[in-house]
Formats: sequence, C-alpha cells, structure tokens
Amino acid sequence: MIIDVNFVGLIIASIMASAVPLILASCGELITERSGVLNLGVEGMMIIGAISGFALMTVTGSLIIAVFGAMLAGVLISTIFAFLTQTLITNHVATGLALTIFGIGISAMIGKNFVGIPGKEFPVLFEGLKDTIPLLSPILFGHSIVFYFAFALPFITSYFLKKTKVGLIVRAVGDSPESASNQGINVKLVRYACILYGGAMCGLAGAYLSMIYTPQWIENMTGGRGWIALALVVFSTWNPIKILIGAMIFGGLTIIQFHMQAIGVRIPVQFLTALPYLVTIIVLVVISRDSRKIRLSTPSSLGKSFHKDN
Amino acid sequence: MHKFLIRSFVSSLVLLFTLNVAAVAKDVKAAFVYIGPTGDHGWTYQHDVGRKAVEAAGFKTTYVEGVPESADAERVLRQLANSGHDIIFTTSFGYMNPTNKVAKEFPNVKFEHATGYKREHPNVATYAARFYEGRTILGTIAGTMTKSNVIGYVASFPIPEVIRGINSFTLAAQKVNPNIKTKIVWAFTWYDPGKEAEAAKALIDQGADVIAQHTDSTAIVQMAEKAGVYAFGQASDMDKFAPKAVLTSVENNWGPYYVDRVKAVANGTWSQKDTWHGIGDGMVVISGLDSQMPSDLQAKVKKLQADLASGKVHSFTGPIYDQQGNLMVAEGKTADDGMLAGMMTYVKGVEGDIPK
Repeated sequence: MIIDVNFVGLIIASIMASAVPLILASCGELITERSGVLNLGVEGMMIIGAISGFALMTVTGSLIIAVFGAMLAGVLISTIFAFLTQTLITNHVATGLALTIFGIGISAMIGKNFVGIPGKEFPVLFEGLKDTIPLLSPILFGHSIVFYFAFALPFITSYFLKKTKVGLIVRAVGDSPESASNQGINVKLVRYACILYGGAMCGLAGAYLSMIYTPQWIENMTGGRGWIALALVVFSTWNPIKILIGAMIFGGLTIIQFHMQAIGVRIPVQFLTALPYLVTIIVLVVISRDSRKIRLSTPSSLGKSFHKDN
Repeated sequence: MHKFLIRSFVSSLVLLFTLNVAAVAKDVKAAFVYIGPTGDHGWTYQHDVGRKAVEAAGFKTTYVEGVPESADAERVLRQLANSGHDIIFTTSFGYMNPTNKVAKEFPNVKFEHATGYKREHPNVATYAARFYEGRTILGTIAGTMTKSNVIGYVASFPIPEVIRGINSFTLAAQKVNPNIKTKIVWAFTWYDPGKEAEAAKALIDQGADVIAQHTDSTAIVQMAEKAGVYAFGQASDMDKFAPKAVLTSVENNWGPYYVDRVKAVANGTWSQKDTWHGIGDGMVVISGLDSQMPSDLQAKVKKLQADLASGKVHSFTGPIYDQQGNLMVAEGKTADDGMLAGMMTYVKGVEGDIPK
C-alpha cells in the first residue's frame, strides 16, 4: 500500500463525517448543560430525530421538510423533559434516562413501517472541486450542508456563550440561578429554551445518521452515539471548541483501527475496538486531575432543580 | 327437572370437551423467539418473513423480539410453552442451552433451535442454512469482477459460521483469479450501520473495488454505491438500496422450512432431526444477477448454482491448505460437516490472523 496525500485526505474526511453527529448532539447538550440542566436523554432525542427525518423524507419526499421536521421532533420530545424537570421539578437524571428509554421505544414503534426502504440521496456541495487540491479537496468539498454546519457550530456556540448578552444570561442561569432570578431573569424560560435547543440539535444529529450518513432506518441505529456525545461534553469541560477535538479523536480512532486492520497491522482487534473508549477514560482522568479547573468550568448548578419559591 | 338439568349440563360438558380437543388438534400454534428487533432488516427480519409464511399457511403465530441470550430466554420459553404453543422456534445460537433445558420440562411441545448442535431431548430439533454455498458464488463473482485485485470483506465476530464464509468466498475467488487478495476488517458488531459504513469506507479507501459483508445492515452496499464499487447483499435482497453496486444478494429463506415443520406438528409427523439446508433445498437463495455482469460470468454463476444445488460441486473441495500450508482437505475429497461446523482456521490466501 502506498500512502499518498490524497489517501490521508480521504481518511481525514471519513473521520470528519463520522464526527458530525457527535458534534451536533454535544453542542446542543452543551448549551442545555450550561443553563444548569443535565439532560441524559440525548440518545433518545437522537433516535427520535433519526426516525422522524427518515419517515418524513419517505412520506413527503422533501429533504428540507425532513431535516426541519427531525429538529422539530427533537424539540417536541425535549419539551416533555422540560415540562417535567422545570414545571413539575422532577429529578433531571431520572427524567433524562426515562426520555432515552421512551425515545428508543417509540422510534421502534413508528419505524416498523419504514424498515427496508432505501433512503434518498442527499445533495452534496462543491462536488466539482473534488479533485482540485491534493490532500485538502476530499476534506473541504463534496459534503452535505449539515456537515459544514456541524463544523461551524462549535465556533458559533463559543461566540454565542462568550460574546453575546443572551450567552451571558445562559451562563448566569447555569452558574447561579438564584442570582440570575434576582436580576429579573426568568430562569425557567431560559432553561426551557436551552432544553428545546438541545433537543433540536440532537434531532438534527439523528437525522444526519438516518438521512445522510447511512440513509436507512433500522431500530437502535444511533448505536450509543448519544452517550458518547454526553461524555464529550464533560470531556470538553463545557468548551465547544474542545468538543470538536474530542469528536475527531473519538471518530478517528474507530476509523483508523479499521484502516490498520485492512493494512494488516497485527494488533489485537479487540484492543483496537476498545481504544476509543479507553482514550475517553484516560482523557477524563487527566482532565479531572485538576479539580480546581473542573470546578471552575462546570456549570455550578448543573443537574440541580431550581424553584423560585425556594 | 333437575335430573334434566344435570344431564344437559353433563352432555354440554362432554360436548365442550370434544370440541376443545378437536380445536387443539387443528389449531397448531407456533412461537418464535428473536434475538434482535424485527426491524433490523437482517437476521431477525428474515426469520420474521418466515413466520409470516407460516401465518399465511393458516397457522397462528406469536413472536417475542429482543430476547437476550440469558436466563431471560428460559423465562420467555417457559411462558410460551405454558401458554399453549405447540412448536417454538428459537432463532439464535445462544438459545441452545435454554432451549434444551425448557424442552425437558415440556415434552409435548416441540422445540426448533437455529444454528445449534444440542438435541438433548426427543422434542428438540436443530436447523441451519449452508450460507457458505452462497459465498462460493459471491467469491466467483468478486474474483471475476475486481480490477484492483483487492477484495474487501467486513466481518462481524470470529465464530465458525463467519470463518467458513470467509474461506468459502476466498477459495472461490482464487479459483477464478489467483492474484486476488482478501482484506478482512472485523467490525465486532452484527449491526451498527455507522460502524459498518466506516469499515467499508476504510476498505474502499485502501483500494478494494468489491466489498463483501457478513454483517446485517444495508449501510455497506450504500457506501459501495456512493464510492462506485461493487458489493453483495446480505440476508435479504438489497438491490434497491444500491442498484449499481449490488451484483447479487444471498437471501436467507426460512419460510418453507417453518411451514413444513409446523405442518408436521399438525399432522403428527414431526420428529427430531438436524437440518442443514443449502441452495439445493431453497434455504439459501441467490437473488437476480445484475446486468453489469458479463453474460459468460452470468452463465458460469448459474451453472455453479445448479451444481452446488445438485451436490456436483462442493464449496470445500480439496486440495485445501491452511495459512501455514498444512493440508486441510486432501485432493478429490470434500470437507465433512463436522469440519465445517467447527472451522476456526483461515485457508491459504486469506490475509491476517483470526482475532482471538
């Protein structure tokens, strides 16, 4: 096998494509968590997005309706979570877990009629430029709009949190809902909005899987990516730019281990398969060594219910 | 007056009883236990297609999906046996021990276990399909159609079923094209579309222009379609998912066997046996051949299919050597079923090691 630059470009492009759903879901969850809400229902919201997108694409034939429909489905299911945790003040962890179980179940039920139907081709941008620049062409060109959006999202999220007033309000609500409330901020409203936004991004991540990455519907097709997205938020210490790096490492290790197998590198396959998870654990351990930094970057009211009358 | 009442009561009881017996003899109820969801469009999906054939033949069926291969399986089996099912199909290898254990407690219920080898009680039968025959055909096509002489193979788990498939495929491909190389990537999953697609992409990026798979989803053929290489459908006809890429599919066809066995219970002719059916018995079906294949290859494949069906050709005909060059099957001999069932070594020409 000859390793040329285009081959490296292809590998990087594959890694980026596999990182897209992780980036979308993690950036959504990051905003939710920054407002002080821990929503463990990422997997459930993703799978609802996956089936909604696929079903709408099949029924209406419109990709635009399908993509926005999937985001709306994510919003709707996260509304349940928001209502339970914000209005009825239920426990975040238990409600989030219930949301995941609910999402997997209901998506399987809706999906019964959509098994075995091929998806539609999703248009890609700049395909004509695919062979123009060595190394960079496969990375930059010939991807779906969602791909480009996903790679812009961490920067947009970072700007939003650091430089805008609304971003500041979100952070304030997450760090000290009491003070924010005293300043006249409607904590409940902000948290509702952040939860629904997280739902929309998870829905989009699911739709990417069922409509673009592997255009088909099968039960459980998110395959635990929602949990990885959750881990990535902690991994990033709530910093959107680090989500980008984490998602690339995670997606990259899976793809590189497949390449190593195909080349015939004699490393036990089980070890290679476990590698992404091992690296995640190692990075988490390294990050949490600095407990002061963790305390500083964790939204201080994360997972705690807030009630104005408290 | 009340003599009359008693008499009519007794006679109606008798009547009821006879009616009931007649009903039981006619209404055979079949149950199916699935490892995955029926929505996997792969292994379980095909079993469910078989179940629907039983239903279409006029029998009542029930199924339980997503049953783990643990003590849960026993509980589900006991429940099904207790609720009036006459024959229960357990459709995954890991149900082997639970099936035999529960069969002992219900001697009047027939149990049919897929892909296993334990028949500890007279009411347990086993059945499996010779999928490797289908892979002989795929190998022949792949060896002929490849231009890069690199063939990719996405494998699931290192068990005899999968190793046998890789060997059968490689032997056939080498026979038509001694220069080919089979690159194997273990995905360690039966179905995870994302991972399967990534594995296929890695193989394609490394020059494979024909991709074979032993995982269940349609993600691999779709990836092949996108990349403009060839692929084969697994378990069901996947042509509509990738019309240009899919040259043919190997389909699992359980329906005829299921209908046969349920009918046998209804007629009282059911008996224990071990069934391992291939192309000849219609349990392994080759879908329509793609028109991109040259006509002489199509003719060759059709002949091979007929010869495999009649038994004239065997997928494992000697001389076959293992990777170290030791003789596995002598010239002119064929591998027996015992050897096939326990096959855990690669034949010569397969690259890499089997993960341990």
